[in-house]
Amino acid sequence: MTLLQFFSRHHREIFQGTLEHIWLVGIAMLLAVGIGVPLGIIVAKRPWLSKPILGGANIAETIPSLALFGFLLPVPWLGGRADRLAIAALALYALLPIIRNTAAGITGVQHAVRDAARGMGMTERQILLQVELPLSFSTILAGIRIATVLTIGIATIAAAVGAGGLGEFIFRGLAMVNNQLILAGAIPAALLALGADAVLSLLERRLRPVRA
Amino acid sequence: MPNNSSGNSNTPSNVSAADASATAIELRHVSYNLPNGRSLLHDLSLTVKNGETLVLLGRSGAGKSTALKLINRMLELSGGEIRVEGKSTIDWDPIALRRHIGYVIQEIGLFPHYTVEQNISLVPRLEKWPEDRTRARVAELMKLVGLEPAKFLHRHPHELSGGQRQRIGIARALAADPPILLLDEPFGALDPLTRGELQREFQELEQLIRKTIVLVTHHVGEALLLGSRIGVIEAGALVGLYTPKEFLAAKEPVAAGYVANLRMYPNEEGDL
Repeated sequence: MTLLQFFSRHHREIFQGTLEHIWLVGIAMLLAVGIGVPLGIIVAKRPWLSKPILGGANIAETIPSLALFGFLLPVPWLGGRADRLAIAALALYALLPIIRNTAAGITGVQHAVRDAARGMGMTERQILLQVELPLSFSTILAGIRIATVLTIGIATIAAAVGAGGLGEFIFRGLAMVNNQLILAGAIPAALLALGADAVLSLLERRLRPVRA
Repeated sequence: MPNNSSGNSNTPSNVSAADASATAIELRHVSYNLPNGRSLLHDLSLTVKNGETLVLLGRSGAGKSTALKLINRMLELSGGEIRVEGKSTIDWDPIALRRHIGYVIQEIGLFPHYTVEQNISLVPRLEKWPEDRTRARVAELMKLVGLEPAKFLHRHPHELSGGQRQRIGIARALAADPPILLLDEPFGALDPLTRGELQREFQELEQLIRKTIVLVTHHVGEALLLGSRIGVIEAGALVGLYTPKEFLAAKEPVAAGYVANLRMYPNEEGDL
Protein backbone atom coordinates (compact mmCIF):
# COMPACT_ATOMS: atom_id res chain seq x y z
CA MET A 1 0.00 0.00 0.00
CA THR A 2 1.45 3.32 -1.02
CA LEU A 3 1.49 6.29 1.31
CA LEU A 4 -1.11 8.06 -0.81
CA GLN A 5 -3.47 5.11 -0.60
CA PHE A 6 -2.95 4.97 3.13
CA PHE A 7 -3.78 8.68 3.43
CA SER A 8 -6.93 8.44 1.33
CA ARG A 9 -8.14 5.42 3.25
CA HIS A 10 -7.62 7.08 6.61
CA HIS A 11 -8.35 10.66 5.65
CA ARG A 12 -11.18 10.96 8.15
CA GLU A 13 -9.03 9.98 11.11
CA ILE A 14 -6.16 12.13 9.87
CA PHE A 15 -8.50 15.07 9.46
CA GLN A 16 -9.91 14.46 12.92
CA GLY A 17 -6.41 14.31 14.37
CA THR A 18 -5.46 17.50 12.59
CA LEU A 19 -8.48 19.29 14.01
CA GLU A 20 -7.62 18.11 17.51
CA HIS A 21 -4.09 19.25 16.96
CA ILE A 22 -5.17 22.71 15.82
CA TRP A 23 -7.49 22.94 18.81
CA LEU A 24 -4.75 22.04 21.30
CA VAL A 25 -2.29 24.47 19.75
CA GLY A 26 -4.88 27.21 19.25
CA ILE A 27 -6.08 27.24 22.86
CA ALA A 28 -2.53 26.95 24.16
CA MET A 29 -1.43 29.90 22.01
CA LEU A 30 -4.37 32.05 23.15
CA LEU A 31 -3.34 31.39 26.73
CA ALA A 32 0.33 31.97 26.00
CA VAL A 33 -0.34 35.28 24.24
CA GLY A 34 -2.73 36.37 26.97
CA ILE A 35 -0.11 35.73 29.63
CA GLY A 36 3.08 36.30 27.64
CA VAL A 37 2.38 39.77 26.23
CA PRO A 38 1.57 41.32 29.62
CA LEU A 39 4.62 39.59 31.11
CA GLY A 40 6.74 40.95 28.26
CA ILE A 41 5.46 44.46 28.99
CA ILE A 42 6.40 44.00 32.64
CA VAL A 43 9.86 42.77 31.66
CA ALA A 44 10.36 45.89 29.52
CA LYS A 45 8.98 48.32 32.10
CA ARG A 46 10.20 46.86 35.36
CA PRO A 47 13.79 45.76 34.92
CA TRP A 48 13.99 44.29 38.41
CA LEU A 49 11.21 41.84 37.51
CA SER A 50 12.76 40.85 34.22
CA LYS A 51 15.22 38.34 35.71
CA PRO A 52 12.65 36.27 37.63
CA ILE A 53 10.13 36.32 34.75
CA LEU A 54 12.59 35.49 31.99
CA GLY A 55 14.34 33.02 34.28
CA GLY A 56 11.07 31.25 35.02
CA ALA A 57 10.11 31.05 31.36
CA ASN A 58 13.60 29.86 30.52
CA ILE A 59 13.41 27.04 33.03
CA ALA A 60 10.01 25.96 31.68
CA GLU A 61 11.61 25.88 28.26
CA THR A 62 14.44 23.59 29.38
CA ILE A 63 12.25 20.89 30.94
CA PRO A 64 11.99 18.02 28.47
CA SER A 65 8.44 18.06 27.13
CA LEU A 66 7.60 14.52 28.10
CA ALA A 67 8.77 15.24 31.65
CA LEU A 68 6.73 18.45 31.79
CA PHE A 69 3.57 16.53 30.93
CA GLY A 70 4.49 14.15 33.74
CA PHE A 71 5.14 16.96 36.22
CA LEU A 72 1.75 18.51 35.56
CA LEU A 73 -0.10 15.22 35.98
CA PRO A 74 -0.54 15.52 39.78
CA VAL A 75 -1.66 19.19 39.59
CA PRO A 76 -5.29 19.12 40.84
CA TRP A 77 -7.52 20.62 38.14
CA LEU A 78 -5.02 20.32 35.31
CA GLY A 79 -4.18 16.67 35.80
CA GLY A 80 -7.87 15.72 35.66
CA ARG A 81 -8.13 15.81 31.89
CA ALA A 82 -5.51 15.04 29.29
CA ASP A 83 -6.34 17.99 27.02
CA ARG A 84 -6.19 20.49 29.89
CA LEU A 85 -2.86 19.10 30.90
CA ALA A 86 -1.51 19.23 27.36
CA ILE A 87 -2.74 22.78 26.78
CA ALA A 88 -1.15 24.01 30.01
CA ALA A 89 2.17 22.42 29.13
CA LEU A 90 2.11 23.76 25.58
CA ALA A 91 1.24 27.27 26.76
CA LEU A 92 4.15 27.12 29.18
CA TYR A 93 6.50 26.26 26.32
CA ALA A 94 5.16 29.01 24.13
CA LEU A 95 5.69 31.70 26.76
CA LEU A 96 9.39 32.40 26.38
CA PRO A 97 9.51 33.59 22.76
CA ILE A 98 6.40 35.72 23.30
CA ILE A 99 7.69 37.35 26.47
CA ARG A 100 11.11 37.94 24.96
CA ASN A 101 9.85 39.46 21.73
CA THR A 102 7.28 41.66 23.46
CA ALA A 103 9.99 43.04 25.71
CA ALA A 104 12.41 43.47 22.80
CA GLY A 105 9.76 45.27 20.73
CA ILE A 106 8.99 47.73 23.48
CA THR A 107 12.56 48.45 24.50
CA GLY A 108 13.38 48.78 20.79
CA VAL A 109 11.17 51.83 20.32
CA GLN A 110 13.44 54.80 19.55
CA HIS A 111 14.37 56.90 22.53
CA ALA A 112 13.46 60.08 20.70
CA VAL A 113 9.94 58.82 20.06
CA ARG A 114 9.43 57.90 23.69
CA ASP A 115 10.98 61.20 24.85
CA ALA A 116 8.73 63.18 22.53
CA ALA A 117 5.69 61.25 23.72
CA ARG A 118 6.52 62.01 27.35
CA GLY A 119 7.37 65.60 26.57
CA MET A 120 4.02 66.10 24.84
CA GLY A 121 2.33 65.06 28.07
CA MET A 122 1.21 61.52 27.28
CA THR A 123 0.64 59.32 30.31
CA GLU A 124 2.62 56.08 30.65
CA ARG A 125 -0.53 54.18 29.73
CA GLN A 126 -1.08 56.28 26.61
CA ILE A 127 2.54 55.83 25.59
CA LEU A 128 2.21 52.07 25.97
CA LEU A 129 -1.09 51.71 24.11
CA GLN A 130 -0.69 54.36 21.43
CA VAL A 131 3.04 54.30 20.77
CA GLU A 132 5.01 51.38 22.15
CA LEU A 133 2.63 48.50 21.45
CA PRO A 134 1.69 49.60 17.91
CA LEU A 135 5.37 50.05 17.10
CA SER A 136 6.25 46.63 18.55
CA PHE A 137 3.42 44.80 16.86
CA SER A 138 5.46 43.06 14.20
CA THR A 139 8.15 42.04 16.70
CA ILE A 140 5.52 40.60 19.04
CA LEU A 141 3.92 38.81 16.12
CA ALA A 142 7.29 37.31 15.20
CA GLY A 143 7.47 35.90 18.73
CA ILE A 144 3.98 34.46 18.39
CA ARG A 145 4.95 32.92 15.06
CA ILE A 146 8.05 31.25 16.49
CA ALA A 147 6.06 30.01 19.48
CA THR A 148 3.27 28.64 17.26
CA VAL A 149 5.62 26.66 15.04
CA LEU A 150 7.37 25.31 18.12
CA THR A 151 4.08 24.38 19.77
CA ILE A 152 2.75 22.55 16.72
CA GLY A 153 5.78 20.29 16.92
CA ILE A 154 5.69 19.75 20.66
CA ALA A 155 1.93 19.13 20.58
CA THR A 156 2.56 15.77 18.92
CA ILE A 157 3.97 14.63 22.25
CA ALA A 158 0.65 15.50 23.92
CA ALA A 159 -0.64 12.19 22.61
CA ALA A 160 1.59 10.48 25.18
CA VAL A 161 -0.77 11.65 27.91
CA GLY A 162 -3.82 10.85 25.83
CA ALA A 163 -4.66 14.37 24.66
CA GLY A 164 -5.11 13.29 21.05
CA GLY A 165 -3.93 15.23 18.05
CA LEU A 166 -1.58 14.13 15.31
CA GLY A 167 0.81 12.62 17.83
CA GLU A 168 -1.59 9.69 18.15
CA PHE A 169 -0.51 8.41 14.75
CA ILE A 170 3.14 8.90 15.52
CA PHE A 171 3.00 7.03 18.81
CA ARG A 172 0.91 4.24 17.32
CA GLY A 173 3.24 4.04 14.36
CA LEU A 174 6.24 3.83 16.67
CA ALA A 175 4.63 1.08 18.70
CA MET A 176 3.66 -0.91 15.59
CA VAL A 177 6.85 -0.11 13.70
CA ASN A 178 4.68 1.27 10.91
CA ASN A 179 6.31 4.10 9.01
CA GLN A 180 3.16 5.05 7.12
CA LEU A 181 1.35 5.56 10.38
CA ILE A 182 4.17 7.73 11.67
CA LEU A 183 4.08 9.82 8.49
CA ALA A 184 0.31 10.15 8.79
CA GLY A 185 1.01 12.16 11.92
CA ALA A 186 4.27 13.78 10.94
CA ILE A 187 3.35 15.14 7.50
CA PRO A 188 0.16 16.98 8.50
CA ALA A 189 2.00 18.37 11.55
CA ALA A 190 4.81 19.64 9.35
CA LEU A 191 2.32 21.16 6.90
CA LEU A 192 0.46 22.82 9.76
CA ALA A 193 3.71 24.34 11.00
CA LEU A 194 4.64 25.58 7.55
CA GLY A 195 1.15 27.00 7.00
CA ALA A 196 1.11 28.79 10.35
CA ASP A 197 4.56 30.18 9.64
CA ALA A 198 3.50 31.47 6.22
CA VAL A 199 0.26 33.07 7.39
CA LEU A 200 1.84 34.73 10.42
CA SER A 201 4.84 35.94 8.40
CA LEU A 202 2.50 37.58 5.97
CA LEU A 203 0.60 39.28 8.77
CA GLU A 204 3.87 40.34 10.33
CA ARG A 205 5.05 42.01 7.14
CA ARG A 206 1.72 43.73 6.69
CA LEU A 207 1.85 45.19 10.17
CA ARG A 208 5.51 46.13 10.22
CA PRO A 209 5.68 49.82 11.05
CA VAL A 210 7.70 52.01 8.77
CA ARG A 211 10.61 53.16 10.86
CA ALA A 212 11.73 56.62 9.97
CA MET B 1 8.10 91.37 20.83
CA PRO B 2 10.04 89.89 17.96
CA ASN B 3 12.35 87.17 19.09
CA ASN B 4 15.35 88.75 17.50
CA SER B 5 15.05 92.17 19.08
CA SER B 6 18.55 91.96 20.42
CA GLY B 7 18.82 93.24 23.91
CA ASN B 8 15.41 94.76 23.74
CA SER B 9 13.73 94.61 27.11
CA ASN B 10 10.25 95.56 25.95
CA THR B 11 7.65 93.47 27.66
CA PRO B 12 4.67 92.21 25.73
CA SER B 13 1.86 94.73 25.83
CA ASN B 14 -0.39 92.48 27.88
CA VAL B 15 2.07 92.40 30.76
CA SER B 16 1.72 95.43 32.90
CA ALA B 17 1.77 94.09 36.42
CA ALA B 18 4.64 93.65 38.81
CA ASP B 19 7.83 91.71 38.18
CA ALA B 20 6.39 88.45 39.47
CA SER B 21 3.83 88.14 36.70
CA ALA B 22 6.46 89.01 34.13
CA THR B 23 8.42 85.90 35.08
CA ALA B 24 7.41 82.76 33.24
CA ILE B 25 10.05 80.37 34.50
CA GLU B 26 12.33 80.71 37.45
CA LEU B 27 15.22 78.41 38.30
CA ARG B 28 16.48 78.73 41.87
CA HIS B 29 19.75 77.04 42.82
CA VAL B 30 18.90 74.11 40.63
CA SER B 31 21.09 71.04 40.73
CA TYR B 32 20.82 67.67 39.12
CA ASN B 33 22.88 64.56 39.80
CA LEU B 34 22.83 61.26 37.98
CA PRO B 35 21.88 58.21 40.04
CA ASN B 36 25.60 57.38 40.21
CA GLY B 37 26.20 60.71 41.93
CA ARG B 38 27.81 62.57 39.03
CA SER B 39 26.70 66.17 39.00
CA LEU B 40 25.32 67.47 35.70
CA LEU B 41 24.04 70.83 36.94
CA HIS B 42 24.88 72.72 40.08
CA ASP B 43 23.44 75.86 41.59
CA LEU B 44 21.84 77.11 38.39
CA SER B 45 19.69 80.18 38.93
CA LEU B 46 18.02 82.26 36.26
CA THR B 47 14.65 83.67 35.33
CA VAL B 48 12.94 83.58 31.98
CA LYS B 49 10.66 86.55 31.37
CA ASN B 50 7.25 86.25 29.80
CA GLY B 51 7.50 86.34 26.04
CA GLU B 52 11.28 86.32 25.77
CA THR B 53 13.51 83.86 24.01
CA LEU B 54 16.25 82.74 26.33
CA VAL B 55 19.01 80.78 24.67
CA LEU B 56 21.14 78.39 26.68
CA LEU B 57 24.45 78.14 24.89
CA GLY B 58 27.06 75.56 25.75
CA ARG B 59 29.07 72.62 24.55
CA SER B 60 27.64 69.15 24.24
CA GLY B 61 27.34 67.66 27.69
CA ALA B 62 27.37 71.01 29.48
CA GLY B 63 23.95 70.29 30.99
CA LYS B 64 21.74 72.42 28.73
CA SER B 65 19.33 69.65 27.77
CA THR B 66 19.19 68.51 31.37
CA ALA B 67 18.04 71.99 32.36
CA LEU B 68 15.18 71.80 29.83
CA LYS B 69 14.14 68.36 31.01
CA LEU B 70 13.99 69.63 34.57
CA ILE B 71 11.65 72.41 33.53
CA ASN B 72 9.02 70.04 32.09
CA ARG B 73 9.82 67.41 34.72
CA MET B 74 11.10 64.79 32.34
CA LEU B 75 13.78 64.63 35.04
CA GLU B 76 13.34 65.26 38.75
CA LEU B 77 15.39 67.92 40.51
CA SER B 78 18.17 66.85 42.86
CA GLY B 79 18.14 70.24 44.57
CA GLY B 80 16.73 73.73 44.31
CA GLU B 81 13.43 74.68 42.81
CA ILE B 82 11.89 75.53 39.46
CA ARG B 83 8.79 77.68 39.25
CA VAL B 84 6.67 77.69 36.13
CA GLU B 85 4.17 80.55 36.09
CA GLY B 86 4.74 81.06 39.78
CA LYS B 87 4.08 77.46 40.76
CA SER B 88 6.82 75.04 41.76
CA THR B 89 7.13 72.19 39.27
CA ILE B 90 6.68 69.66 42.06
CA ASP B 91 3.23 71.16 42.69
CA TRP B 92 2.29 70.82 39.03
CA ASP B 93 0.78 67.60 37.78
CA PRO B 94 3.60 66.54 35.43
CA ILE B 95 1.16 65.68 32.63
CA ALA B 96 -0.61 69.05 32.89
CA LEU B 97 2.77 70.79 33.07
CA ARG B 98 4.01 69.11 29.89
CA ARG B 99 0.83 69.83 27.97
CA HIS B 100 1.26 73.45 28.98
CA ILE B 101 4.77 73.49 27.51
CA GLY B 102 5.64 72.74 23.89
CA TYR B 103 8.72 70.55 23.50
CA VAL B 104 10.90 70.13 20.42
CA ILE B 105 13.99 67.91 20.36
CA GLN B 106 16.82 67.54 17.88
CA GLU B 107 15.85 63.97 16.98
CA ILE B 108 12.29 65.27 16.52
CA GLY B 109 10.72 62.01 17.65
CA LEU B 110 7.75 62.02 15.29
CA PHE B 111 5.69 58.87 15.68
CA PRO B 112 6.64 56.72 12.69
CA HIS B 113 3.27 54.95 12.63
CA TYR B 114 1.32 58.21 12.57
CA THR B 115 0.60 60.40 9.56
CA VAL B 116 1.64 64.04 9.57
CA GLU B 117 -1.91 64.95 10.54
CA GLN B 118 -1.97 62.52 13.47
CA ASN B 119 1.43 63.67 14.64
CA ILE B 120 0.49 67.34 14.68
CA SER B 121 -2.89 66.75 16.28
CA LEU B 122 -1.45 64.64 19.09
CA VAL B 123 -1.86 67.10 21.96
CA PRO B 124 -5.25 68.49 20.82
CA ARG B 125 -6.52 64.93 20.68
CA LEU B 126 -5.08 64.17 24.12
CA GLU B 127 -6.84 67.31 25.30
CA LYS B 128 -10.04 66.08 23.64
CA TRP B 129 -10.62 69.05 21.37
CA PRO B 130 -13.65 68.76 19.10
CA GLU B 131 -12.65 67.18 15.81
CA ASP B 132 -13.39 70.14 13.55
CA ARG B 133 -11.36 72.47 15.76
CA THR B 134 -8.45 70.03 15.69
CA ARG B 135 -8.65 69.70 11.93
CA ALA B 136 -8.71 73.45 11.44
CA ARG B 137 -5.76 73.87 13.79
CA VAL B 138 -3.70 71.25 11.94
CA ALA B 139 -4.34 72.96 8.60
CA GLU B 140 -3.45 76.33 10.10
CA LEU B 141 -0.20 75.03 11.57
CA MET B 142 0.84 73.28 8.39
CA LYS B 143 0.49 76.49 6.45
CA LEU B 144 2.35 78.28 9.20
CA VAL B 145 5.36 75.99 8.94
CA GLY B 146 5.22 76.11 5.15
CA LEU B 147 3.86 72.67 4.29
CA GLU B 148 0.87 72.44 2.00
CA PRO B 149 -1.80 70.46 3.87
CA ALA B 150 -3.27 68.76 0.80
CA LYS B 151 0.13 67.39 -0.11
CA PHE B 152 1.52 66.37 3.28
CA LEU B 153 -1.41 65.66 5.59
CA HIS B 154 -1.49 61.93 4.98
CA ARG B 155 2.19 61.24 4.58
CA HIS B 156 4.21 59.34 7.12
CA PRO B 157 7.41 60.75 8.64
CA HIS B 158 9.66 58.44 6.60
CA GLU B 159 8.33 60.11 3.45
CA LEU B 160 9.61 63.52 4.53
CA SER B 161 12.98 65.22 4.42
CA GLY B 162 14.80 66.17 7.62
CA GLY B 163 13.75 69.79 7.31
CA GLN B 164 10.11 68.86 6.68
CA ARG B 165 10.15 66.56 9.67
CA GLN B 166 11.45 69.27 11.94
CA ARG B 167 8.75 71.64 10.63
CA ILE B 168 6.21 69.01 11.67
CA GLY B 169 7.98 68.70 15.02
CA ILE B 170 7.56 72.43 15.58
CA ALA B 171 3.94 72.35 14.43
CA ARG B 172 3.26 69.50 16.83
CA ALA B 173 4.75 71.45 19.73
CA LEU B 174 2.63 74.49 18.86
CA ALA B 175 -0.59 72.55 18.31
CA ALA B 176 -2.39 73.26 21.56
CA ASP B 177 -0.97 76.80 21.66
CA PRO B 178 1.16 76.36 24.79
CA PRO B 179 2.44 79.62 26.32
CA ILE B 180 5.90 78.14 26.85
CA LEU B 181 8.16 76.34 24.40
CA LEU B 182 11.28 74.31 25.15
CA LEU B 183 13.50 73.72 22.15
CA ASP B 184 16.42 71.32 22.47
CA GLU B 185 18.79 71.84 19.52
CA PRO B 186 15.78 72.05 17.22
CA PHE B 187 17.84 72.72 14.12
CA GLY B 188 20.85 70.65 15.16
CA ALA B 189 20.37 67.69 12.86
CA LEU B 190 19.75 69.71 9.70
CA ASP B 191 22.20 70.60 6.95
CA PRO B 192 23.45 74.21 7.18
CA LEU B 193 21.25 75.50 4.37
CA THR B 194 18.03 74.00 5.70
CA ARG B 195 19.05 75.06 9.18
CA GLY B 196 19.42 78.67 8.08
CA GLU B 197 16.05 78.57 6.33
CA LEU B 198 14.27 77.16 9.34
CA GLN B 199 15.97 79.55 11.73
CA ARG B 200 14.87 82.57 9.72
CA GLU B 201 11.33 81.27 9.32
CA PHE B 202 11.19 80.40 12.98
CA GLN B 203 12.28 83.89 13.88
CA GLU B 204 9.42 85.31 11.86
CA LEU B 205 6.68 83.02 13.14
CA GLU B 206 3.99 85.27 14.50
CA GLN B 207 2.56 82.51 16.60
CA LEU B 208 5.74 82.64 18.64
CA ILE B 209 5.73 86.34 19.42
CA ARG B 210 3.97 86.10 22.74
CA LYS B 211 5.51 82.83 23.74
CA THR B 212 8.15 82.24 26.34
CA ILE B 213 10.89 80.22 24.72
CA VAL B 214 13.91 78.46 26.14
CA LEU B 215 16.17 77.26 23.35
CA VAL B 216 19.23 75.10 23.81
CA THR B 217 21.97 75.21 21.22
CA HIS B 218 25.70 75.03 20.66
CA HIS B 219 25.52 77.34 17.62
CA VAL B 220 26.61 80.85 18.49
CA GLY B 221 25.01 82.19 15.32
CA GLU B 222 21.68 80.64 16.25
CA ALA B 223 21.93 82.07 19.76
CA LEU B 224 22.57 85.55 18.41
CA LEU B 225 19.85 85.30 15.80
CA LEU B 226 17.07 83.98 17.99
CA GLY B 227 17.89 84.92 21.57
CA SER B 228 16.69 87.96 23.42
CA ARG B 229 19.11 86.84 26.09
CA ILE B 230 21.89 84.30 26.03
CA GLY B 231 22.85 82.20 29.03
CA VAL B 232 26.24 80.54 28.71
CA ILE B 233 26.46 77.16 30.40
CA GLU B 234 29.79 75.53 31.05
CA ALA B 235 30.28 72.27 32.95
CA GLY B 236 26.87 72.36 34.60
CA ALA B 237 26.98 75.97 35.74
CA LEU B 238 25.78 79.28 34.35
CA VAL B 239 28.86 81.40 33.64
CA GLY B 240 27.11 84.42 32.18
CA LEU B 241 23.80 85.84 31.06
CA TYR B 242 23.84 88.49 28.32
CA THR B 243 21.81 90.29 25.74
CA PRO B 244 23.23 89.51 22.29
CA LYS B 245 24.92 92.92 22.27
CA GLU B 246 26.53 92.36 25.65
CA PHE B 247 27.50 88.86 24.60
CA LEU B 248 29.52 90.12 21.67
CA ALA B 249 31.47 92.42 24.00
CA ALA B 250 31.72 90.01 26.93
CA LYS B 251 35.02 89.76 28.79
CA GLU B 252 34.20 86.50 30.56
CA PRO B 253 36.53 83.91 28.96
CA VAL B 254 33.96 81.31 27.86
CA ALA B 255 31.66 83.82 26.20
CA ALA B 256 34.65 85.64 24.72
CA GLY B 257 35.85 82.30 23.39
CA TYR B 258 32.58 81.76 21.55
CA VAL B 259 32.77 85.22 20.05
CA ALA B 260 36.37 84.78 18.98
CA ASN B 261 35.45 81.51 17.35
CA LEU B 262 32.55 83.16 15.56
CA ARG B 263 34.86 85.87 14.22
CA MET B 264 37.34 83.29 13.07
CA TYR B 265 34.81 81.29 11.11
CA PRO B 266 32.06 83.74 10.20
CA ASN B 267 30.78 81.55 7.41
CA GLU B 268 30.23 78.63 9.71
CA GLU B 269 27.33 80.37 11.41
CA GLY B 270 29.12 79.94 14.66
CA ASP B 271 29.13 76.21 14.36
CA LEU B 272 31.30 74.89 17.15
